[in-house]
Amino acid sequence: MRKETWKELTIGTINLDAGNSVKNLTGTWRSGKKPQFIEEHCIQCFFCWLYCPHFAILVEDGEVKGINYDYCTGCGMCSVECPTKEKAIVMVEEEAELAEGSGK
Amino acid sequence: MAKLKDLASMEDRLVPGHGMCLGCGIPLIFKIILRATEDPIIIANATGCLEVCTTIFPRTSWNMTWMHSAFENAASTIAGVEAMYKALKMKGRIPQDKKIKFLGVGGDGATYDIGLQALSGTVERGHDIVYICYDNNAYANTGGQRSSATPLGASASTSPAGTQSPGKLQRRKDLTKILVAHNIPYVAQASPGRWKDLYNKAKKAFEIEGPAFLNVLCVCPTEWKYDESQGVRLLQTALDTCVWPLYEVENGKYKINYKPKEKKPVLEWLKPQGRFRHLFKEENTWVLEKFQKQVDEDWEELNKLALY
Ligand SMILES: Cc1ncc(C[n+]2csc(CCOP(=O)(O)OP(=O)(O)O)c2C)c(N)n1
Ligand code: SF4
Ligand code: SF4
Ligand code: SF4
Ligand SMILES: [Mg+2]
Repeated sequence: MRKETWKELTIGTINLDAGNSVKNLTGTWRSGKKPQFIEEHCIQCFFCWLYCPHFAILVEDGEVKGINYDYCTGCGMCSVECPTKEKAIVMVEEEAELAEGSGK
Repeated sequence: MAKLKDLASMEDRLVPGHGMCLGCGIPLIFKIILRATEDPIIIANATGCLEVCTTIFPRTSWNMTWMHSAFENAASTIAGVEAMYKALKMKGRIPQDKKIKFLGVGGDGATYDIGLQALSGTVERGHDIVYICYDNNAYANTGGQRSSATPLGASASTSPAGTQSPGKLQRRKDLTKILVAHNIPYVAQASPGRWKDLYNKAKKAFEIEGPAFLNVLCVCPTEWKYDESQGVRLLQTALDTCVWPLYEVENGKYKINYKPKEKKPVLEWLKPQGRFRHLFKEENTWVLEKFQKQVDEDWEELNKLALY
């Protein structure tokens, strides 16, 4: 692939591809723990949606449906703020998969 | 009144893939504020964590018109855009009924410190803009230097606690009151831990004609050094200890928006945060006492102001 040079940049480096950071998958930052959604306990209060800093709560047809692991960093805020007696989001262990070529 | 469910179904103007830390408070603030108007918004963003982490070239997390601004002049930048909009409307190049909101954004370093002059000028000239300061009490993006918003006794990289020092020796500047002294239509203090209050304030700020200023407390697990899952708990503690009172000043009239049933000791605010750990050594008890005394006095003063 040919590398872009400054000549290809827009004047003032204006970025016309609004919102293209969705290609950055911040879920790769997770280390050791991830949230798990338990639908039966959920009362659809949307607190998890409100307090997720990485916009990783899946909402479909006006309902919280789970976690988008592409972006979830595993901070645990959603689980702490989930108000149900039996939490509808719990943090569970996640085995980290080492990237290929690591360990050298 | 807006429901969270409805807010969640609105389009995201700030999208995933940004690089802010685990547990960062900044996205919680802007998730609400950017939903408090249906109109298009143009942002001028002073450099700092929000600006840097959302626009690492060639990516952007802004699904809207957004401008980088230098550290010191986000307010001037947005004032210029607003003036241009008025001029183009007068020339008929923008339709008369076209509504756009103009938002200046900066951290505490950008707002309390280096950009204060630009902000003061902008609001004094009466531009129809909203300025939001997200106050995480430090120059977080460059490694946590102290700002004039850093609280008394906090250890920061340029006010480190050690054998010779109990952390920052000065109390924080009361920027909200400085903005009140400009006699502008709307000034408020808010917190993402109280989303309805924050939403209402942002909505009011957008709707009011003329300059409006919001100072919003922002948790920062990286510089405050607490367990990153506990950010919203900490925001609540800031309200219950009266360390960060919620209030608004509309055309000079004060109103307190949250009064704790039982005011908690500041220790509950300080204890979970590593930046205050050294204050619990015997030789630093005087700082704890001073901290509590200042919070008590400020709260009392605010209650007096809200009487009239
Ligand atoms: C004139 C100038 N001085 C210093 C810097 C380096 N700088 C970039 S961001 C930043 C800190 C910003 O602090 P704050 O406004 O509180 O935002 P935060 O990083 O905490 O979000 C500094 C010092 C700069 N960009 N421009
Ligand atoms: S763990 Fe953090 S990033 Fe992941 S969904 Fe919960 S709040 Fe969002
Ligand atoms: S916070 Fe818990 S109960 Fe509320 S919507 Fe999320 S998962 Fe469901
Ligand atoms: S340093 Fe603090 S304010 Fe900056 S991105 Fe990290 S948590 Fe957020
Ligand atoms: Mg800051």
